[in-house]
Amino acid sequence: MSILRRHHVLIILAAVLLLLPLVLPNNYYYDIVIRMAINAILVLGLNLLIGFAGQISLGHAGFVGIGAYASAILPTHFGWHPLLAMAAGATIASAIAAIVARPIFRLKGHYLAMATLGLGIITAIVIKNEAAYTGGPDGMPVVALALMGFEISGEKKWYWVLAVVLLFSFWAARNLIDSPFGRALRALHGSEVASQVMGVDVVRYKVAIFVLSAFFASLMGSVTAHYIGFVTPNIADFFHSIELVTMVVIGGMASIYGSLIGAILLTALPQALSTFEGWETVVFGAILMFCMIFMPRGLVPTLAQRFGGRESEGD
Amino acid sequence: MALLEVDNLSIAFGGVTAVQHVSFAVERGLVYSVIGPNGAGKTTLFNLITGVYTPNEGEIRLAGESIAGMAPHELALKGMARTFQNLQICMNMTALENVMVGAHLQLDRNLVKAMLRFPGIARRDRELKDTARELMAFVGLESYWNLGASSMPYGALKRLEIARALAAKPRILFLDEPAAGLNARETAEIDELVRKVADNDVTVVLVEHDMKMVMNISDRILVLDYGKKLTEGTAREVRENPDVIAAYLGSNV
Amino acid sequence: MLSQFLQFLFSGITVGAAYALAALGFTLIYNAPNVINFAQGEVIMLGGMLVFFFMQSGLPMPLAIVLAIAIPALVGIALEKLAIEPARDAEVVTLIIITIGASLVIRGLIQIWLGKGAHSYPAFSGSEPLHIGGATLLPQSLWVLGITALVVVALWYFFSRTLAGKAILATSCNPLAAQLVGIDTQWVLLVSFALSAALGAIGGVLLTPITLTSYDVGIMLGLKGFVAAVVGGLGSGLGAVLGGLLVGVIEAMAAGYISSAYKDAIPFILILFILFFMPRGIFGAKVTERV
Repeated sequence: MSILRRHHVLIILAAVLLLLPLVLPNNYYYDIVIRMAINAILVLGLNLLIGFAGQISLGHAGFVGIGAYASAILPTHFGWHPLLAMAAGATIASAIAAIVARPIFRLKGHYLAMATLGLGIITAIVIKNEAAYTGGPDGMPVVALALMGFEISGEKKWYWVLAVVLLFSFWAARNLIDSPFGRALRALHGSEVASQVMGVDVVRYKVAIFVLSAFFASLMGSVTAHYIGFVTPNIADFFHSIELVTMVVIGGMASIYGSLIGAILLTALPQALSTFEGWETVVFGAILMFCMIFMPRGLVPTLAQRFGGRESEGD
Repeated sequence: MALLEVDNLSIAFGGVTAVQHVSFAVERGLVYSVIGPNGAGKTTLFNLITGVYTPNEGEIRLAGESIAGMAPHELALKGMARTFQNLQICMNMTALENVMVGAHLQLDRNLVKAMLRFPGIARRDRELKDTARELMAFVGLESYWNLGASSMPYGALKRLEIARALAAKPRILFLDEPAAGLNARETAEIDELVRKVADNDVTVVLVEHDMKMVMNISDRILVLDYGKKLTEGTAREVRENPDVIAAYLGSNV
Repeated sequence: MLSQFLQFLFSGITVGAAYALAALGFTLIYNAPNVINFAQGEVIMLGGMLVFFFMQSGLPMPLAIVLAIAIPALVGIALEKLAIEPARDAEVVTLIIITIGASLVIRGLIQIWLGKGAHSYPAFSGSEPLHIGGATLLPQSLWVLGITALVVVALWYFFSRTLAGKAILATSCNPLAAQLVGIDTQWVLLVSFALSAALGAIGGVLLTPITLTSYDVGIMLGLKGFVAAVVGGLGSGLGAVLGGLLVGVIEAMAAGYISSAYKDAIPFILILFILFFMPRGIFGAKVTERV
């Protein structure tokens, strides 16, 4: 009963994911849904950092890139098992995040934005330049992901894998938000000094959530690489970072399902905009500005307030 | 041994010495007030003791243990809690969640267990919710518990801060102007609340401008002026001290 | 040996001057409404592209330059009026996204209008290089440095000697207090954005004869300008200038002596280094928070 109440949106989401294959006409649409799911999970991790903890990262694609290229390089050049490569990528990304975060989080203001931005750009440049391993700007192929002799390939198999991962991520994120850890995180966003006085070691929590979001970014980078079967430096690009932050903000900061909506809308948008031939960038930018000016808190919180009068997602 | 001992405490910002060689001791179970004209260094003294600032000089002991220079979150672990002059409520959370954060240190804060919602975590969270609701009732906010903090009136937020501080189960509670900005009736309610807190074996240290309230509830009073200790004593002693009268009314009296 | 060093130094301070102008623009806006304006890079691009366009349409260079500085300034005003002002109470991330949206619009429009190609126009006074200590120095570099110096002096005069400048400083320091003493803070924001955009555009106008320009150069230039502003301690004018020059020189030296492939990464490695070891930037001030 309490599970039903706590997770009613999650149950609806599960039902939708279960029924969706009945209406998806072909692989093109499967592909779009899969990309939406990957983005939604990435954005969820980033929203924990930006929306809930109030810390800005402008280089998250760097971590995605680390995961993607770990999964590309280690099996191809060194014969690692893809799962081991995936774990290695996530470990490297987390380690870098941890090393960078400690000194940065002692500072106040926009310095994390600057540091993450730098980190992301450096990662992208390294990937472009170390062509012997990465294939340079042209990218490189990625081996297929096989689990115990069962190869995950083709849109349909990936759909089910990602549906499960997506549901798990949203369940775990909801749990985290409602836990002592999650409350401490939101409290330090609300009032840093008050949370300190309550016993929250602010720097430790910021580092922990930053590392966690880097970890998941790297995992999803690996998943993306295996799904597409090919990686290019674009995955670690500054634009990709911005795209992810935009999904967080458009969907709604500190809103779990805002992450889902933001990811769905912004993944669909470029497909929809392709009819504008040449004007995509302009229209994309204009939509961003428009949304932020008229719905600065993002879609889901704004609509929730308008129609439900709900104060928070806490219940 | 006194619960809190402050010995020769000083801090300077730039060239200005905000607190200068202040010493005092607070016995367990008392309501101890710090008063003084604006700019006397009362809040600075609070910030020093609760670890928000680091003193340039001096010693602070809690139950005999030296705590000067410790970070606020370490002091929370030692049983210290406080409220703020200019409200520090987390407006992005509900009233109840604010109180629950107060109990932060009594909970399992493991990240992985939280994400997988281990049964222990879920159970402990439900218990905590009940405790937090009781605390809100204790401060007279039972009707607000499900409301977002951002939609609560100012007077209620003042009491919410006290509930949050109490959730930490502190040994010693620092209240920085709990009645500031409240009307006479609300002030009387805070007055009563502070007394109730002290009766529950929580030592209270209070900074307050409302003299009626201070004289009413304080067991002992410390008077600061220009960052220095002017005098210390019971309400009656302080009221009759000519230096105190001079500090408040001007030195020509 | 020395000539090589001089060569790197010359190209470093030339680019560094453009970074300095961009950094001043960032600093100006960061001070006023506390926004990181990610469209700052696009006005640099706009400056160069507009001079190219107006000269191609037959206007004399001085007029083209004036227009290429005035139009970005208007763009800055429009950005403030139409996008920043309506969302002023929003969180920092939201404001950042708005400026990113604006930069996409500007870049997209220029790409449609002037195409994807690289453009340039003649240097202001010939391209016969000067020879100093075995290194060559383009006359345009002297223009870049000279005009940057002039702009810095003019800004210093504006902020320390005129009422309008002091009003801007007061607003950045404490908007409410400024409002209470009768400063029209609305106006201050408009001026800040206009000035910031004009500064960026000047950088673009000066640099284009040396480096060429195209619709997509804005991002990197803007980000490096931002790095320079942070190196200078975000909020300090002199810091921004020195930060810009420092970033330019270190980038040129590292590209020359270490690896040109990693040229674009250098400013960002530098900034990580500085954040680690000099958390307030090199020239930043220390602030204490009141609770």
